[in-house]
Amino acid sequence: MTGFLSIRNLSVVLAGTPHRLLRSVSLDLPAGEVHGLVGESGAGKSMIGKAILGILPRAIEIAEGEILLDGQDLLQLPPAERRRLVGKTAALIPQDPLTALNPSRRIGPQITDRLVDILGWKRAQAEARAVELLAEVHIPDAPRVMRSYPHELSGGMRQRILIASAFAAEPKLIVADEPTTALDVTVQKQILRLIAEMQSRHGTAILFVTHDLGVVSKVCRSLSVLYGGKVVEETEVRAFFRGPKHAYSAALLAATPKYTDPDTSLTPVPAEVIAAVQAEVEAADGEWRHVR
Amino acid sequence: MSADAPLYQVRDLRLSLPDMTSKPLFGPRPRIEILKGLSFDIPKGEVVGIVGGSGSGKSTLGRTLIRLLDPSGGQVIFDGTDISHLHEDALRPMRRRFQMIFQDPMSSLNPRRTVSAIIAAPLKLQGFDRVRERAAEALDHVGLSRSFATRYPHELSGGQRQRVGIARAIATRPDFILADEIVSGLDVSSQAQVLNLLEQLVADLNLTLAFISHDLSVIRRLCTRIIVLRHGEIVENALTPELFGAPQADYTRELLDAIPLPDPDQVWI
Repeated sequence: MTGFLSIRNLSVVLAGTPHRLLRSVSLDLPAGEVHGLVGESGAGKSMIGKAILGILPRAIEIAEGEILLDGQDLLQLPPAERRRLVGKTAALIPQDPLTALNPSRRIGPQITDRLVDILGWKRAQAEARAVELLAEVHIPDAPRVMRSYPHELSGGMRQRILIASAFAAEPKLIVADEPTTALDVTVQKQILRLIAEMQSRHGTAILFVTHDLGVVSKVCRSLSVLYGGKVVEETEVRAFFRGPKHAYSAALLAATPKYTDPDTSLTPVPAEVIAAVQAEVEAADGEWRHVR
Repeated sequence: MSADAPLYQVRDLRLSLPDMTSKPLFGPRPRIEILKGLSFDIPKGEVVGIVGGSGSGKSTLGRTLIRLLDPSGGQVIFDGTDISHLHEDALRPMRRRFQMIFQDPMSSLNPRRTVSAIIAAPLKLQGFDRVRERAAEALDHVGLSRSFATRYPHELSGGQRQRVGIARAIATRPDFILADEIVSGLDVSSQAQVLNLLEQLVADLNLTLAFISHDLSVIRRLCTRIIVLRHGEIVENALTPELFGAPQADYTRELLDAIPLPDPDQVWI
């Protein structure tokens, strides 16, 4: 089955070196599905989202593979056309709501710019839409917030604004890159609830990057577990939490603390599991390089 | 001081700061109360978890305990001595006894100094002898080989950096350590390693520990007692089994309910 987003054998390297940061990643995302990308830091989970959106750092380049968005291979398109297509069909909810907003500009234009620049809307039309969106993400007094600067708002409010902004152009795909990691638990719950609500209302497909398996179990329908730039397990959420198939995924789940378990003994991923998964990744395609 | 007296006795602790968002035409800025009269004890050998949402005052409380911040009222009695208004000259020798581990090891370790120099810094300040040897011993304690001594922070992984931060905190053989969100930047596997290490050190070195976190799962694992803060006030102070068994405050229940368990059947959203 080919999804609405379909990634085929995507490999990403550190420019000018054979160091692979993503190793032949394949992934299918049906329209309207929420898919989790999990793994430890450095596993390459954010890299996949960045490759799709075309925002990889300069020093990192795509070595091979295809990224099909709505049937079109993004990597075959000329840069300008690619940007236009991605700008229309995809959006990002970033991790840190403070650095993602320009501190010296008011909120309003930061939401409306993309509507005006990418979709060619009239400024007034874009502003009306922005007010509507802010109401949709439960921000009271939207016109006042549009005139505010980012520092005048709380972390939760800023994240709501970024969610509104991501949904503004009615994208079919959103990459949510650890959207709640910087927030405390009660705010995290509100934000996840909001993302779920917006997702089902707009029918958007979401690639949800996180290291928190608890979050995955709440918002995703399927997930991929990454290690060393390779997908070691791709499965449905329910099947995964009933019993992960791969030894590494099982170890990762065992390392996740659970407050309902009175004598939770935390087991770090055992060294032999790491050695085994490294060997597996290595055997699959050439030499293993520890990139951290 | 008798052996069973608490290490810390905190009485009506207050801290207020000028409100920088208000700019009155005349007179001083109004003050915002960050800590609103907190009272509690920390018995020797206990691991106290301090939890609360962002802005609840948990870091401010922690920093006041080790006098990185000056309280505006009340008392902080450390092992029989009121340190809340002690002059820095008198405080300096006592600082050996309370140390801190920071949240972000990258920004709290000097990138231009070797691991050995980083761990040795508090030892030198406190006038210890055998500085190199003590720094090496601290590395042993946190499970890093002595070959790490000559490395720089950027050469280490997140978990290893946090171990260096812990080694620096235990180097002066303190009685009390404040750990402020020290595992929130780590992924679950390194987090489990650091927590296991911390538990080991508390037992081996007779430490009393205050562990600040917003993650109740982590707190349950490590702490014997939990203080829940909200808007600068203690809403609950209970032993860990009691708090998880029957949370008394609404806010504690709210915090517990907000935690997403790795279980798709939990009714949550």
